[in-house]
Amino acid sequence: MALKMWALRKSLWVYHVNAGACNNCDIEVLELLTPRYDIERFGMILVGSPRHADVLAVTGVCTRQAMPRVQEVYMQTAKPCVVMAVGSCALAQGIFTEAYHMGPTVDQAIKAVDPNAIILYVPGCPPKPEAMIDAAVKGMELLKTL
Amino acid sequence: MTVAAMQTQVPLAGFVGDVIKQLGDAVNEVHQCTERRGIARIDPARTVEVARKMIAMDGSRLATATGIDVRDGIDVLYHWAIEPQGVVVTLKVLAARPEMEVESIANVVTGANWIEREMHDLLGANFRNHPDMRRLILDDSWPEGVYPLRKDFDQVVDRPPLPPNQTPPDVNTQGEGGRR
Amino acid sequence: MSHRSVVNIGPFHPLQEEAEFFQLYVDGETVVDVDVRISYNHRGIEKLDESKTFDQVPFVVERVCGICSASHPLAYVQAVEEIAHVQVPERALYLRTIVNELERIHSHMLWVGLAGHFLGYNTVFMWAWKYRELSMDALEVATGSRVNYANCKIGGVRRDMSDDLLAYIDKCSADLVGPLEMLTKAVLDDPVLHARLKKVGILTPRDAKLYGATGPTARGSGVPIDVRRDDPYAAYDRVDWSVITAPAGDVFSKAVVRLLECFEAVKIIRQCIKDIPGGEIDAKVEAIPPGEGVGHVEAPRGETFHYVRADGSNRPVRHKVRAPSFNNIPTFKASCIGLQIPDVAITLASVDPCYSCTERMCVVADAQTHKPIYNFAELVRLSQRKTEQMRKKW
Repeated sequence: MALKMWALRKSLWVYHVNAGACNNCDIEVLELLTPRYDIERFGMILVGSPRHADVLAVTGVCTRQAMPRVQEVYMQTAKPCVVMAVGSCALAQGIFTEAYHMGPTVDQAIKAVDPNAIILYVPGCPPKPEAMIDAAVKGMELLKTL
Repeated sequence: MTVAAMQTQVPLAGFVGDVIKQLGDAVNEVHQCTERRGIARIDPARTVEVARKMIAMDGSRLATATGIDVRDGIDVLYHWAIEPQGVVVTLKVLAARPEMEVESIANVVTGANWIEREMHDLLGANFRNHPDMRRLILDDSWPEGVYPLRKDFDQVVDRPPLPPNQTPPDVNTQGEGGRR
Repeated sequence: MSHRSVVNIGPFHPLQEEAEFFQLYVDGETVVDVDVRISYNHRGIEKLDESKTFDQVPFVVERVCGICSASHPLAYVQAVEEIAHVQVPERALYLRTIVNELERIHSHMLWVGLAGHFLGYNTVFMWAWKYRELSMDALEVATGSRVNYANCKIGGVRRDMSDDLLAYIDKCSADLVGPLEMLTKAVLDDPVLHARLKKVGILTPRDAKLYGATGPTARGSGVPIDVRRDDPYAAYDRVDWSVITAPAGDVFSKAVVRLLECFEAVKIIRQCIKDIPGGEIDAKVEAIPPGEGVGHVEAPRGETFHYVRADGSNRPVRHKVRAPSFNNIPTFKASCIGLQIPDVAITLASVDPCYSCTERMCVVADAQTHKPIYNFAELVRLSQRKTEQMRKKW
């Protein structure tokens, strides 16, 4: 247990899930990889499968169609993991709360399959890449205390 | 509906006027004919014939189509763009109640395929002889017969129930259950 | 014996920003059919707009898609200005043009980076996105935000730009030319890229017309359509620039069109900054009379088309939003047929699909067993491996 948490603290692997987003948050998440923001210097990389991920970066409102897939991805992700809800849409569906194709909010969708899920909220529309890095670093600090 | 001689409430001039004139007596009314915009209503029985004429024109393309829930049915507006003249000619076809059906133009204009599927999903407009009328834009759990863009659908109150939550393969998803 | 198989691509992959589910039916190694399942990003914006006032709608539609975030509000306000017969002040037209062209640059450079990744040129990805930051800085300075600019309103623009700001934007644009030349040379001079991209994913001009394809997808097939020239809006008819086309219809042509359009965009921005008149930035619009209007703009991906119907109240009766990818994505049916599987990833990317605009999905599977053969990450790896093999031959 202690070994796993230690490994988690050293480098976080991030898997990005689009739950019905407009792309703004998504490209800002991708920007983190690029030379200006460069999250790789923190040991963070974007991985191609949820099974390798420590952090699920979820963007988007979680539409009806995306809801089952988000839940499946969460269940496939190895635990312990942290869900980073990036952007106003992932927080509380942003400006789309009244629209007809909305599913539950991202945190409701995930808590429905795992009531103890750890969720970090990063507000903004979209959050600046600096805010996302800040959130990831705070997430690492949070994990140290678990 | 009888095909009457073309009644124009606005004079047909310029390139847009020529385009509308080419459609002949399939045009029932003309609502607008300016330098770059034309709006005309066509006979619903002549939809495919008009589509054939429009797509055969040089530089024409179907930009998109809009469906509107109106008192008499679903008004289908086909927006045609013609370049390099840079005009947009909107042709209105009424899919009258209760059937709300018109002939599909997707067999003549490939670009109409998706947009007619979308209008079917969101408004319940029916397109006769559409090559592939499957659900396009609403989710898998959305019930049939519920058309969100209709005026009697309230986007908050009339939402159908959500799809069921996914169940984990084993009951215990908490703690150290996961392997790396 | 050959049999039809379906290959799954999607729904989630780290370098596809959006969820999409492509269905490619393959016979052995050759694609015979394509299907797309969309819906993942459908948020019901057209219905939502019917409950917003005319002034609120631009803030909703700029979130239709983050990469063409300036095109949607501009198309919408143009549609409403058509209904209300609004004369937009000259200065506002120039300011709109500057923001839209900066967006074109950032979007095309984004695409170049992604295409580079799909082909295994990760350096291109890093460099394209690094130099793209120049355009993002210019946009942040011009509008206050890197994305979601909130600069258009009915009748004009919301914020003016001071001479200092304009000088800074001019400098950023001028500084972009060097990196753009480097990226263009990297594409045009690399024989492996020629071999990988030429004659791949061809869209004929006839198919481009039938599908209603627009933007680089159509111009890469030699179809010379561009809303900025054909139905001019903003300040495009007041500055000097060229429409870029390339005749072959393959992925290479589309890449060339996008790269060369960036140079034209820089030209347009610098002319706008030089020629921008003083004056008002906003025509005061009191009320929208009943009527119908159409607004279309040339977004980076193609023509964004908005239709608005007003009935004299302060909300739209109907607002139709059609993003360019809605017409461009179905062209896969024409351009993917006959492809080998390693070429699928780059052909899908060549249309520059913006799924949020279209809110769509895609998958490939075995026709007989319905078992997934490749997921998207594997398709990208296949594509990268093919490039490796070709490079070894040179």
